Amino acid sequence: MSATIPQPLALVAEITHRCPLHCVYCSNPLELAHRDGELSTEIWVRALREAAELGVLQADFTGGEPLARNDLAELVRAARSAGLYASLITSGLPLDEKRLEELVCAGLDHLQLSFQGAREQSANEFAGAKAHAHKLRVAAWVKQHRIGLTLNFVIHRQNLDQLEEMLALTEEIGPGRVEFAHVQYYGWAFANRERLLPMREQLDRSLEILKTAQERLRGRIRVEYVVPDYYARYPKACMGGWGRKVMLITPRGDVLPCHAAQVIPGMAFENVREGSLRQIWEESDAFREFRGEDWMPEPCRSCERRAQDFGGCRCQAFLLAGNAAATDPVCSLSPQRHKVDAILSQVNGGVPTPAATRSDWLYRPNPA
Amino acid sequence: MTPELDARPKLAPGCRMNEPTASPSHGKKTQQPRVLLMPERALRLNGPSLEIVSRCDGQHTVRQIITELQKLYAKAEPERVEKDILGYLGLLYEQRALDFE
Repeated sequence: MSATIPQPLALVAEITHRCPLHCVYCSNPLELAHRDGELSTEIWVRALREAAELGVLQADFTGGEPLARNDLAELVRAARSAGLYASLITSGLPLDEKRLEELVCAGLDHLQLSFQGAREQSANEFAGAKAHAHKLRVAAWVKQHRIGLTLNFVIHRQNLDQLEEMLALTEEIGPGRVEFAHVQYYGWAFANRERLLPMREQLDRSLEILKTAQERLRGRIRVEYVVPDYYARYPKACMGGWGRKVMLITPRGDVLPCHAAQVIPGMAFENVREGSLRQIWEESDAFREFRGEDWMPEPCRSCERRAQDFGGCRCQAFLLAGNAAATDPVCSLSPQRHKVDAILSQVNGGVPTPAATRSDWLYRPNPA
Repeated sequence: MTPELDARPKLAPGCRMNEPTASPSHGKKTQQPRVLLMPERALRLNGPSLEIVSRCDGQHTVRQIITELQKLYAKAEPERVEKDILGYLGLLYEQRALDFE
């Protein structure tokens, strides 16, 4: 039986929801975990070791802002001694040169630095914090160490027109890799979707620019991007398939198949305080619910793409169609696709929406 | 991109092989597969690719790697070994897994 259970490759360690940024598209759930509910260092260290024993190769420390935890270097060291590749996904905001050095000494392999744009003023607006200038300093510090650096630009309707400037900034900084991440509509982004979803022309032009940049920078900077899935013909292979490659541990210790899974009603997630990761990964109801193909409805069940996209995203199916076991409504074959088309025609429908102002956004708060 | 024979390939920042340790699993020791770890991905290393990547240390030149692998795989055609190595190194370079010094 266990031969048919896939081996996870990555652990997303969402160690805290505390964050100095208030990004309007934050992927954290609307209900944020508070500091006093966070897992202890000891439990994280055990979880990292158990993840490595399960076959996980990489640990991504994320949040919130993972630097909000004082034991981050200890957790990085624990990841490395368990044999894991240690990545830090950060806003860079609370980082100084000394803390960076401490993390590098602990064995940090890679740092992914988020950017909200190329222009300081609008970037600070999307972040709800004065962050941009400090990020530039952080990038320069990281370059002085021999660790991997990825820049991650979150792109959307309000900043897609800065794409060339973002590319210029990327070339100036010179990371090994850059991601242009279209906002995905979950959590806070779902709440702000109307102002974030790009228009079709904007999107088409951005894809051209990115394709050209990818060619031009080949061998120097790896350029990666994905099409926002509301505009795609087929759904994304969300997390590489439910319970197939990735597991995520929330600040409180719930073990999830993806960032957003807690949005699905009626689904109970086991907690790493109470069980081993192996038992949770292999046997818990939540991981088994949508693993494999048995849960699939038509048109997925007989679709030749089912082993490629795994029916798309369960959370999106719930958010858009009200049913987590439905075909992802972004799929052109989904009987619910009209719901996505209605959203798109609103976005593209003649009336130009005014640029969003500060008071239009729903900002993500910093939990106590 | 075809690498120069005198260049010395070295794994790029953020790229390394996993440790060759055995990890305990279900109480017994299982050997973890060797992989090249890099940001957001991992590349499985088997016989020849493992031999190549473990020589990308900034010391060996491309020419030395070719000579050593031609000895190691003495049954294979030497030209074929050279072509495969150059192709593989070019691929790693394009993925930003290698620098040439």
